[in-house]
Amino acid sequence: MSDKKITIEVDGQTLSADPGQMLIEVTDEAGIYIPRFCYHKKLSVAANCRMCLVEMENGRKPMPACATPVGDGNKFFTRSKAAIAAQRATMEFLLINHPLDCPICDQGGECELQDLAMGYGRGISRYTESKRAVEDKYLGPLVSTDMTRCIHCTRCVRFGQEIAGIQELGTIGRGENMEIAPYIEKTVDHELSGNIIDLCPVGALNNKPFRFRARSWEMRQAELVSPHDAFGSHLYGHVWRGKVMRVVPRDSESLNETWISDRDRYSCEGLYSDERLTEPMIRQDGEWRTTDWATALGVAASGIRKTVSDDPSQAGLLAAPWSTAEELYLIKLLSRSLGVANLDHRLRQTDFSAQQDDAAYPGLEIAIADIDTQDALLMLGCRPRTEVPMFAHRVRKAVRNGARVMIVNEQDDDYLFARHAHLVGPDLSGQIAALCQAAQANVSGELQSLVHNATVSDAHRQMVKALQEAEKGSVFLGHAAARHPQWSVIRSLASALAQACAASLNCMGEAANSAGAAMLGVLPHRDEGGREAVQTGKNVSQMFADPLKAYLLFGFEAENDCASAAQAVETLAAANHVVCVSSYLTEAMQSYANVILPLGSFVESAGTFVNCEGRWQSYTGAGSPLGEARPGWKILRVLGNTLECEGFDFNSAEEVLTAAQQAVGEVALRNVFTTAGSAGHSDAPDSGASPGLYTSDPVVRRSRPLQEVGHTAASPPLQATA
Amino acid sequence: MSDTTHPGSGESILAAETRAEIDRWVAKFPAGRQRSAVIAALREVQHHNHGYLTDELMNAVAEYLDIPAIQVYEVAAFYSMFETKPVGRCSVSVCTNISCMLCGADELVSHIEKKLGIKTGESTPDGKFFLKREEECLAACVGAPMMMVDHVYHENLTPAKVDEILDAVE
Repeated sequence: MSDKKITIEVDGQTLSADPGQMLIEVTDEAGIYIPRFCYHKKLSVAANCRMCLVEMENGRKPMPACATPVGDGNKFFTRSKAAIAAQRATMEFLLINHPLDCPICDQGGECELQDLAMGYGRGISRYTESKRAVEDKYLGPLVSTDMTRCIHCTRCVRFGQEIAGIQELGTIGRGENMEIAPYIEKTVDHELSGNIIDLCPVGALNNKPFRFRARSWEMRQAELVSPHDAFGSHLYGHVWRGKVMRVVPRDSESLNETWISDRDRYSCEGLYSDERLTEPMIRQDGEWRTTDWATALGVAASGIRKTVSDDPSQAGLLAAPWSTAEELYLIKLLSRSLGVANLDHRLRQTDFSAQQDDAAYPGLEIAIADIDTQDALLMLGCRPRTEVPMFAHRVRKAVRNGARVMIVNEQDDDYLFARHAHLVGPDLSGQIAALCQAAQANVSGELQSLVHNATVSDAHRQMVKALQEAEKGSVFLGHAAARHPQWSVIRSLASALAQACAASLNCMGEAANSAGAAMLGVLPHRDEGGREAVQTGKNVSQMFADPLKAYLLFGFEAENDCASAAQAVETLAAANHVVCVSSYLTEAMQSYANVILPLGSFVESAGTFVNCEGRWQSYTGAGSPLGEARPGWKILRVLGNTLECEGFDFNSAEEVLTAAQQAVGEVALRNVFTTAGSAGHSDAPDSGASPGLYTSDPVVRRSRPLQEVGHTAASPPLQATA
Repeated sequence: MSDTTHPGSGESILAAETRAEIDRWVAKFPAGRQRSAVIAALREVQHHNHGYLTDELMNAVAEYLDIPAIQVYEVAAFYSMFETKPVGRCSVSVCTNISCMLCGADELVSHIEKKLGIKTGESTPDGKFFLKREEECLAACVGAPMMMVDHVYHENLTPAKVDEILDAVE
């Protein structure tokens, strides 16, 4: 695109534009609204709805604004008699086959067709013939269809082709018989599929679980941040009578653009699961009973106090990495006042041997928005679609921009983007060692022999060459790498490789607040801001391997969220005192806990997550806590008071956050790793350590629609027995 | 979709001569634009499958051309010369566009429907004839009314001539 700007005139207003820019982009920037259905700023131009017709000076016919490149001196009229006549005529044709079922349509009130029909439609239809009806399609448990309402804008089709990387929907038939359909009834099970609901300008594609639940104008919109991955996508929760009814994307160009993953959209279906815990529970004489907060907190505190006063090293605090920064900071304060050094959040990690070498937080050296413009990306132990769906989307964009993407994985995946080179097989560290040898990377100590003895293949040389040739090259370490028993070897080799290729090194944090937890020192060896702790406690794996007497588990289920789940459950069951702060009640939890305190879900409290860029993102919360459940920061504050800890007099989540941020201070990220503590180990990674896309945390696991994804119309999901 | 190395299972379903014909068409287009050959590929595949396409065959074409299956299905569903359900061996299509219609095409269609005992879009129970639902102008207006029987044009038709032509079909 040339830098020279041209001048055009729209409705008498002089605008400056790039030559060849489409008129609708220019007018959108200038705030002049032109009606449209098929045009979308993130998709290619189709120009098939004809709603954006405008008049052009000396033009013979009305021109579609979305597909009309502007030239110097062009004059356009968007509200002239001819333009309005063309738009009204288009609207009349669009409404010929569109049913008049707005009162029972979920899109009603937030429908582009309804809105524009108000502006351009006739009050009375001149059409007296019969309307066509189209059979609904089965698109899986997430998206409902009312295909009679479809106006064939093809946004959903283009989304599949251009954004999702797999075209599942297409236009079948022609003319009057044209329909949008998948090829043979098959579910749309891409991890971003829910976005076609937002794209659909009418009520043809809608949010299936949300169906008939509430009207758009009855709900309050509250800002949220995704608690499911380290990108921290921006979300809106739509609240009706204190409950979150659905989640939609909140535009954030530098993070999630206009999209969100299905995990972010549908996890809210797990919020009000039957397993939600709504009252504090204590175990007395082997029997579980519900109780009030004062009693429960008293029991929780007395057990902890007893253990700590005997020997603080016999107590352990474990927090979920998807807890908010406020909660994590209070847990840190609790551990400090109690003198308990056994503190951790790295539930699924297995190699802690070089933890002193950890960066200030698991994070990216480049900005998320810069992933699109990389020339070469090397992913090590990373399955982007499962780990961070929006990351896969960014990589897909990079590929479209010409990036060379290379992958080394132990487990293969269907990536849906083109790979320049690709290696799958066991021995991730051996493969990276070969890459190091090919790059003549500088390694020290025991890694030298590993690199020296590695067998270099053409694929390795090809990868290194692409990375070295790239002006912007980056190496990504995914969750599979971070959970690997040889994590410290892998990251040290990756660090040497990145240095040898002048590439950035990026670690994808395990969960929404892994970065926050590390910064706040919810670690056995660190204090806030990455400072070394005075006394190094036990890490999560040691806490379960060498049984302690008392445990506080915050926000997770040991049986589902830990690397060595079976061992964890066994150890906890044998402990004297286990306090669980959890949103859900599980059978296993009842077998090992003594007190279970009902935790408000992520939407029910204000909170802050630190994403993998180190960006602190706060939200105010949506909806009120269910039953007697309380926001995590309040529970911890009162627990602190009950335990007579100093400095627990916070009155709001904001106060906690301010204190937390002060304690952390400025944090700089430097991903340079040199210590390989686990060079001797060669265990295969524990498959239990890697959860699936929809089993990653307690809320997601309880979202029934997400659990049903992947079942086709021919084999519908089994009905869960109550 | 750049996984070019996977062995296409499509190769086993498509006959060698079909594949050669598809390759000939693919070669006419720039590299990476093999989607352009989809019409030719479907025509060839249909020709070798008694005049209709199956899901299996369309999948095979998609795999052979390395394009999403839906894009093959879109084309097959769009063009009237592709059939996606089993049809009779002999394909009969009467042009009913303006010139033919003015010269009596509609009567010819009714005559054939009565003679074969089927409606347009149906095949005879013995699997011999298939009467196409709608045929767009076949550019033989000068000899209207006309019909096409297994790709052969017959012009200046009368009901008697139609009988003669159809009776001659084996």
